[in-house]
Amino acid sequence: MTRSLVLLLAVAAPALAQDVPQFRGVGGLGITKETGLPVNFGEKENLRYKVPLTGRGLSNPVIADGRLYLTACSGYQEKQLHVFCFDVKDGKQLWERKIAATSPTLCHPKTNMAAPTPATDGKFVYALFATNDVACFDRDGNLQWYRSLVSDYPTVGNYVGMAASPVLVKDILVVDIVNNGESFAAGLDAKTGENRWRVDRPKQINWVTPLVIRNDGKDEVVLQAGEGMLAVDAATGKERWSVTDKQFLTMPSPTYGDGVIYTPGEKFFALSPGSSKGNPEVLWQTNKLPTGYCSPIYQAGKVYAMSSRGVLNCADAKNGKPLWDMRLQGNFAASPLLAGNRLYVVSEDGQASVVEIAPEQKILATNFLKDTILASPVAANGALFLRSDKYLYCFGAKAK
Amino acid sequence: MRYLHVLLPCLCLLATSTTATGQEKIADALARIHAVGAEGKGNVEAAKAWKTLVGNDAAAIIDILAGLDEANPVSANWIRSAVDAIAERTLTAGKRLPADRLEEFVKNTKNQGAARKLAYDWLARVDTSAPDRLLPGMLNDPGTGLRREAVAVLVTKAEEKLEKDKAGATAGFQKVLEHARDADQVNKAAAELKKLGVEVDLTKQFGFLTRWRLVGPFDNGKGIGFAASYPPEKSTKASATFESKDKDKIGWKGHTTDMPMGLVDLNKVFGRLKGAVAYGYTAVESPQEQPVEIRVGSYNAVRIYLNGKEIYHREEYHHGMTMDQHVGKGILQKGANEILIKVCQNEQTDSWAQNWSFQLRVCDRLGTPVSLTVVDPKK
Repeated sequence: MTRSLVLLLAVAAPALAQDVPQFRGVGGLGITKETGLPVNFGEKENLRYKVPLTGRGLSNPVIADGRLYLTACSGYQEKQLHVFCFDVKDGKQLWERKIAATSPTLCHPKTNMAAPTPATDGKFVYALFATNDVACFDRDGNLQWYRSLVSDYPTVGNYVGMAASPVLVKDILVVDIVNNGESFAAGLDAKTGENRWRVDRPKQINWVTPLVIRNDGKDEVVLQAGEGMLAVDAATGKERWSVTDKQFLTMPSPTYGDGVIYTPGEKFFALSPGSSKGNPEVLWQTNKLPTGYCSPIYQAGKVYAMSSRGVLNCADAKNGKPLWDMRLQGNFAASPLLAGNRLYVVSEDGQASVVEIAPEQKILATNFLKDTILASPVAANGALFLRSDKYLYCFGAKAK
Repeated sequence: MRYLHVLLPCLCLLATSTTATGQEKIADALARIHAVGAEGKGNVEAAKAWKTLVGNDAAAIIDILAGLDEANPVSANWIRSAVDAIAERTLTAGKRLPADRLEEFVKNTKNQGAARKLAYDWLARVDTSAPDRLLPGMLNDPGTGLRREAVAVLVTKAEEKLEKDKAGATAGFQKVLEHARDADQVNKAAAELKKLGVEVDLTKQFGFLTRWRLVGPFDNGKGIGFAASYPPEKSTKASATFESKDKDKIGWKGHTTDMPMGLVDLNKVFGRLKGAVAYGYTAVESPQEQPVEIRVGSYNAVRIYLNGKEIYHREEYHHGMTMDQHVGKGILQKGANEILIKVCQNEQTDSWAQNWSFQLRVCDRLGTPVSLTVVDPKK
């Protein structure tokens, strides 16, 4: 094949590119528009690169404008916090910045100080750590601002571990710092890190990442904790609506589609958000969609929920009626990723299965990575990215 | 050419140090970073100052590192990342870091410990012989990070002797115990020594206080006790009596723990109570005035008082316990000092939420136990 033909093919058939701006990708929905992702992959198959990582992390990579950002923690008591930037094409490290934890780092052994996933808009990356240190760097690693939320609010934190990821809504970075001390959510000015707004939150343990929805003409941030759900105006922090008579789970994050919030709680709920037309309403609830750690996915009238024990359930999004279920091997902490009609699910011991959800339900492949993976898979640049305790993997068909 | 022998060293010095004007700009930038306030106030100015710092070449790293001396935890992270950015850019461009000056900075123990560790990390990256050259002399380093690195070398050497030289390994791990201050290194040495037939008294090694006066239970129903100020917070007189949560007359009782790591199990002393507060009191004599850290491990909400003044509190229940998780900082006066700890148990009924206990030690900032004599309660 001539060089010119290779170039022609590269231009003629580009992968449908989509960035990964936050935890679980665009909107936090766990869905990618990337196509051509590999079904079979491993150390010897479809491995574009494998980058050894310093330290541990549960955060998933975020990717924008050709750069992949990742956080990690290392050293004695995980007090060293890292932000890495890699070239998404080849995994070459472009820069690394380190900050020192400004709060105690005691946590459950399953988690660590790099549990929250950063957020990026391609120009800047916003890294929040379980220590409640939050820093903003530009794409070249220049520090734009830094906050030690524990220095500002000394009782913030817990000894189990914080994990809710920040989300970017236009020029506001939303952090939901639900904890046993001074519990709050804040909208930080994305340019300066200063508080634009701050609201009280329940004092409890919580790892749920805020969900951003467009509702009733406003960008709303849906903040979920065990004791209820609060929606605030993303720009002002003013309450828009709330649900106070339901218990929600404190680990998986809600998802959204076609005007409905889908989220696990005492039961799995489908909720219509509150609006000028009425209060939030439970549309249906079911105990047939167990989740555990994994956040659900909504697509095309169906809801998918993965339990920590490996049971994948699909239900009708109109009424919660179970449609099918499937058992996979292993325990699951990573949330699934949906690409077209394929779900990518990764067990804690590194079994990465590709499940076809339509027209029929079947496991297309199970790929054994022999690595501990708790971070959720993401996709960009025609490739699947997995982050383990030790490595960043990029799987995709190689350019020929 | 006749002055070349004078000129060359001067040129070299210029290449590895910053000019007076450059130093002024760096000092100004550092001042603006140090001025960062609460809730992100001053971030905009700090970002400009950061850019100024990072605009310097590698020769400026030493002056910037020195800025960590006056830094608080927030400004320290601004400065630390500036050093990293310059060093990374320098090496990426194939240029050299000022290794000699970095080493000089590392060796100068008047410089701040974290700054020296940062300098060391970059030095070790560009000079692989630096660890062997520097670490053996850092076993008593005043910086926790460098001391830890030095002790890690001792651990490795002792481990290497385990198979063929047990006496050497024993001596090696005993040396580790002498110098280590971090719990994981001490525990590692103690565990290896145990396998080698040498028992280590970790309670003594870490300096946990074991002799206490205890009183309780006071009411912590619905968590009210954490904020409530019960009489023992005002008077620790040994003969004092109080009214318990159940309206009983209660008084101080002596308690000496022989549990591992100086654990005081309040469930054993008061019964498995829920919604209860207990106090632990001890008086220690210090040979001189000295700054100390009172370090506590507990599953429960705690308040720590030194000489009647609260120096720490945290209201968190059953989210794990580890040695030194709570640290109160204070000054021991010469002579007798009163230490009071308030330990609150909540009303959770879960099986994993039953611990009601604490361990406490008095250390310097490195974690070295401070030599103290317990004067109350008496043996």
